[in-house]
Amino acid sequence: MPKNADIKRVMVIGSGPIVIGQAAEFDYAGTQACRSLKEEGIEVILVNSNPATIMTDKDIADKVYIEPLTVKVLEQIIKKEHPDSILPTLGGQAGLNLGMELEESGFLKEQGVRLLGTTAETIRNAEGRQEFKDLMERIGEPVAASEVVENVEDGIRFTNTIGYPVVLRPAYTLGGSGGGIAHNQAELEEILENGLRLSRVGQVLVERCIAGWKEIEYEVMRDSAGSCITVCNMENIDPVGVHTGDSIVVAPSQTLADKEYQMLRTSALKIISELKITGGCNVQFALHPESFEYCVIEVNPRVSRSSALASKATGYPIAKVAAKIALGYTLDEIKNAITKKTYASFEPALDYCVVKIPRLPFDKFITAKRTLTTQMKATGEVMSICDNFEGALMKAIRSLEQHVDSLMSYDFTALSKEELTERLEIVDDMRIYVIAEALRKGIGYDTIHSITKIDKWFIDKINTIVLMEGRLKNEELTTELLREAKRIEFPDNVIAKLTGRSEEEIKRLRYDKGIVAVYKMVDTCAAEFEAHTPYYYSVFGGECEAVRTEGKKKVLVLGSGPIRIGQGIEFDYASVHATWALSKAGYETIIINNNPETVSTDFDIADKLYFEPLTAEDVESIVNIEKPDGAVVQFGGQTAIKLTESLMKMGVPILGTKAEDVDAAEDRELFDEILEQTKIPRAAGGTVYTAEEAKEVANRLGYPVLVRPSYVLGGQGMQIAISDKEIEEFMEIINRIAQDHPILVDKYLQGKEIEVDAVCDGEDILIPGIMEHIERTGVHSGDSISVYPAPTIGRLIKDKIADYTARLARALHVKGLINIQFIAIGEDVYVIEVNPRSSRTVPYISKVTGIPIVELATRVILGEKIKDMGYKPGLQPEAEYYAIKMPVFSFEKIRGAEISLGPEMKSTGECLGIAKNFHEALYKAFLGAGVNLPKYKNMVITVKDADKGEAIEVGRRFEKLGYTIYATRSTAAALNEAGVKARKVNKISQESPTVMDLILGHRLDIVIDTPTQGRDKHRDGFLIRRTAIETGINVITAMDTARALATSLENAGGEMELTDIASL
Amino acid sequence: MRAFLILEDGTVFEGTAIGADKEIISEIVFNTSMAGYPEVLTDPSYAGQAVCMTYPLIGNYGVCREDMESEKIWLDGFIVHELSGIPSNFRSELSIQEFLAEQGIPGIAGIDTRALTKRLRDKGTMNGMITADEGFDIEGVKEKLKKYRTGDVVSRVSCREPYSVEPADIDKNGLKIAVLDFGEKKNITRSLVKRGCSVIVYPAWSKAEAVIASKPDGIMLSNGPGDPKECKEIISEIKKLYDTDIPIFAICLGHQLMALATGADTYKLKYGHRGGNHPVKDLINGKVYITSQNHGYAVDADSLDARIAAPAFVNVNDGTNEGLNYSGKNIFTVQFHPEACPGPEDSGYLFDRFIENIRGGKSNA
Repeated sequence: MPKNADIKRVMVIGSGPIVIGQAAEFDYAGTQACRSLKEEGIEVILVNSNPATIMTDKDIADKVYIEPLTVKVLEQIIKKEHPDSILPTLGGQAGLNLGMELEESGFLKEQGVRLLGTTAETIRNAEGRQEFKDLMERIGEPVAASEVVENVEDGIRFTNTIGYPVVLRPAYTLGGSGGGIAHNQAELEEILENGLRLSRVGQVLVERCIAGWKEIEYEVMRDSAGSCITVCNMENIDPVGVHTGDSIVVAPSQTLADKEYQMLRTSALKIISELKITGGCNVQFALHPESFEYCVIEVNPRVSRSSALASKATGYPIAKVAAKIALGYTLDEIKNAITKKTYASFEPALDYCVVKIPRLPFDKFITAKRTLTTQMKATGEVMSICDNFEGALMKAIRSLEQHVDSLMSYDFTALSKEELTERLEIVDDMRIYVIAEALRKGIGYDTIHSITKIDKWFIDKINTIVLMEGRLKNEELTTELLREAKRIEFPDNVIAKLTGRSEEEIKRLRYDKGIVAVYKMVDTCAAEFEAHTPYYYSVFGGECEAVRTEGKKKVLVLGSGPIRIGQGIEFDYASVHATWALSKAGYETIIINNNPETVSTDFDIADKLYFEPLTAEDVESIVNIEKPDGAVVQFGGQTAIKLTESLMKMGVPILGTKAEDVDAAEDRELFDEILEQTKIPRAAGGTVYTAEEAKEVANRLGYPVLVRPSYVLGGQGMQIAISDKEIEEFMEIINRIAQDHPILVDKYLQGKEIEVDAVCDGEDILIPGIMEHIERTGVHSGDSISVYPAPTIGRLIKDKIADYTARLARALHVKGLINIQFIAIGEDVYVIEVNPRSSRTVPYISKVTGIPIVELATRVILGEKIKDMGYKPGLQPEAEYYAIKMPVFSFEKIRGAEISLGPEMKSTGECLGIAKNFHEALYKAFLGAGVNLPKYKNMVITVKDADKGEAIEVGRRFEKLGYTIYATRSTAAALNEAGVKARKVNKISQESPTVMDLILGHRLDIVIDTPTQGRDKHRDGFLIRRTAIETGINVITAMDTARALATSLENAGGEMELTDIASL
Repeated sequence: MRAFLILEDGTVFEGTAIGADKEIISEIVFNTSMAGYPEVLTDPSYAGQAVCMTYPLIGNYGVCREDMESEKIWLDGFIVHELSGIPSNFRSELSIQEFLAEQGIPGIAGIDTRALTKRLRDKGTMNGMITADEGFDIEGVKEKLKKYRTGDVVSRVSCREPYSVEPADIDKNGLKIAVLDFGEKKNITRSLVKRGCSVIVYPAWSKAEAVIASKPDGIMLSNGPGDPKECKEIISEIKKLYDTDIPIFAICLGHQLMALATGADTYKLKYGHRGGNHPVKDLINGKVYITSQNHGYAVDADSLDARIAAPAFVNVNDGTNEGLNYSGKNIFTVQFHPEACPGPEDSGYLFDRFIENIRGGKSNA
């Protein structure tokens, strides 16, 4: 069936800010879909509140609304833009829910807008718990039997019909508290009784326990003619019980015989056909490890994280094909973009093995529980490809950039066999390292399998790696042994450590013996057809398919690796735009990256894509083949910057700002010289290595001081210390990881924080705009609300900032991008830090000023001058509207994480509010971040003494907004004394009702809790903040944020004006 | 032990010997299925060939004898990238290493199977030798390989005597199907019996008269190995079956033989279709099915006489013929494998269609 000619204007809904569980994969899917629609001559109207995305570029869509994703906003855009259709299946769960709400309210029908792709009925059948269960029963597909019970007798009766063990999940309790697994009636009675008491509604779900079964997923496509294919299947190494997003996943499945593979495939096709899905869909199964019994766990009737992974793992562009199907095309009419011969109606055949490992944020949330459960905690993931499993695993491990490069990276050697056996019970991100140590200590496969339920095949593969460690340690390093170690992807530095040689020596030995990486192509068809897409992965042994193309000059673009807090999608945005700009300038582009969720790893972004770890050795292997004329490192965040020195050693010229100038910005002493020379003031400070030195500097400067490691992104490990004791604590944490560079201790200055991004061509600079943070210094810039144009600083300060920026950029010989943070105190401006590279704010400031900063920076790097590109150097005129970037957090997902804001970044994403006036922009920004108030008009204020004065002002404003204020003893006293009515509530340790009861009553809108200093997680405040966040209350931990929220609410309610930023 | 795979064009791959210690010459083909190696090993259609699995990790789930598609391994040699260290599956009875040794089948592991596949794709299917003899004389081997012909393999793989397979009494649908075994995969019979048919399996060289005399309700022409044109006598028997009114359903080699019997032509594909991901479009309902395939020859659609047969299925990838409907006859034939094993079960509905056709007594328009 050809394209439906009635479809001309399509509205695409994005997924909003990046949060855990909904990350960059939707930018990838959305961008691919929009390009696919535009290819068909469709006009695309895009709505997404996330400014860091590529999909919100005016090159990707015709109309771009960076507006809050609410039904009201979407309705308003539909009325304004009159799309004939909307496509809701590409924006994750958020987008899908909005599409459904619009459909169910009858609004779409009223406006004559059709829902493209999957129908509303289908979505209801797939997403509704009961509807789905009914449908599965009707078509004879098994689901884990479950029932909601309200008393113990019903629980026993039901369990007797399905058998033990059962999982008990009380309804509406915090993080599943009160639940558990019952293996017999006694346990059932005990847990059930307790659970029923804890549940607010007195209900407990009794469900058959399938924990420990194999978790298998299928990615399925179906077109309107009813043809179905599966793109690939994936096997979770961690069995059922760990969220698939937190599991190590392998594609294709490794331990399924064809009988099981086809049984589940047939089931997946039956389900997608029965649901009548048109587009992509993900089906998750639990398969009993010792029989053919299986259960359908869940169906996602949309593109998902798994479909992004499947796309990258196979080369099959799921989102692109889904968009074409939505337009009416059938699978056999859509060309396979990789082979250009075959069609989308086939199933990819892999001739390699893919491993995905989640990137978990426990390095950021050191107090958080590392346990992995059914609640996803990963912020991102890495993928690797190899022709053997061990190699794929080893490559994925070193792609994580978490100071891990082998299965020895977490040290469990101190544990005895008994302790290890016990440790194996713990399901966390270190389990695979524990398994390796258990194998080293001689614990058998059966024992490990019976505890972890991980299939023995995987345990055997881990053992291959462990055996190799032993051989390298104990045997003579023969050519054969070295070849075998490289075959399973042991990096040179690990071989060097194990053999007691230098890394250089190992490399030389390899080169002498011709043991070098070769590259194979991902071609969707296991070489059955000739492929045209240069999408490569490395293996050791065999023939090399990657050939250096002659003619054009070649530039290597280093990507930014996995999405993590502090280094998010913004750097993918910059890498992709740099690639496009290079391509436009006539260069051949080569991307190296390992993140399956991103646009940069789509095979049609660069001329060549190498899906590889971003380590010096892996990059060098590619350099040896491609011999690039240069590399750009300033767009890929810290990941790319870190490789600068290595690239220079390989003889690859760094394009743009030179490595020594990057160093000058990072190295304390060199930077101090630059400041001296440019006469720019900064907070006093010093560099230290030990806690003793740090205390000495701190006492010289006077507390509070800022302590942080150098060369990190996102303020990792950065803290404000107020005492020697805290210095000791923070230094200990920082030094847990060996530091290559000194630690910085600076006097903490409190003032307005200002940020600029600029392009410098060596002479002139271009500053698109100045951003001001709402929160005072002390809150990490990535966690601050950022306002453009800066609202509260005058011309004098702005000029000073522009002048300082120019001076610094010139002194550092910046060619390309520079990001600088300043503090303004009165009329004084101090510099906080300078980053001669792309930053988190680059996409945002590009979009709101309409100045394509990355493209300009890339052209500057290639030798063009700002003046020649049609821009007047200096600070650009301010826009006529405000654009406010609001950080978005995922605290509720990470149990035990401290949520109060500080110098270390904690947000996972951001959204934007754009409006003619500041108040409306602020309101939109809060709304976009999910703060949709007021609801119950109840709030709690509990602040530290220093904040009491500000709390009075804030309290008064909320009182005026009609809020009932509850406060703990001293805060209540301060408020009441100042004439702000506050009801006193007891602290947690006091008698009921306490502040905790109030929170658990689910009638609060806001908790304002400013933490007392120190990181003691057992304080009341920590518990209050955690509980509040987990019950969905808006928790504010900085007075500036509280004030901004009051401002926003005071101006809420009016009709919002929506802006198409593509027309700005 | 080192082993070598030497191709007709002189390419030599060095790897490790697996399975039986024996030298073989065979036609080298590749299969792209990611799972299902026990079925591939025991598929009689691979008689006369050595199979390279493009998926690099083979043997992961061991071998379960229940998954065998015939009594033994028929292919001449097995070519893999890596054999699993341990088999891991609840049904596994023995490792693939043990299975190959037990069946006396040699093979080679540790070679760049992708490079081999690309060579076969670019140059077409070639003969090759698997040997552990380090002192081979390349020119001599090439000479031998050039001369090597697969020849008639059907007579090797077919059953010797007729035998019958009955469904359980309560499942019986009362239909009697005669299956002509040219190298039948067991799942063809299983698929019919599962649907309640009583099946009598006849040797490939059975006379049409004998089959007709048993009064079957329908006739099934099975898959099988080799060049269909080698089966001259069988073709003339099939012509006689065509001339009756008995409903016929044919798969793979059976499909090619029926085409040859009714005047159409077949030709050798450059490197064949072997795998579980081939899209086939049903020209009647417009739907695309993913099918299991294993064939090196195809029916030439241009040679068809429209009065006799019309294309019913076409391969979406390369447009080759994948099935025929015979005009005025209750006969349909497919090139692919609706019995799957290994591979997708999507086209299993064709067995139902066969039964409906028998019941309805309907002929194609």
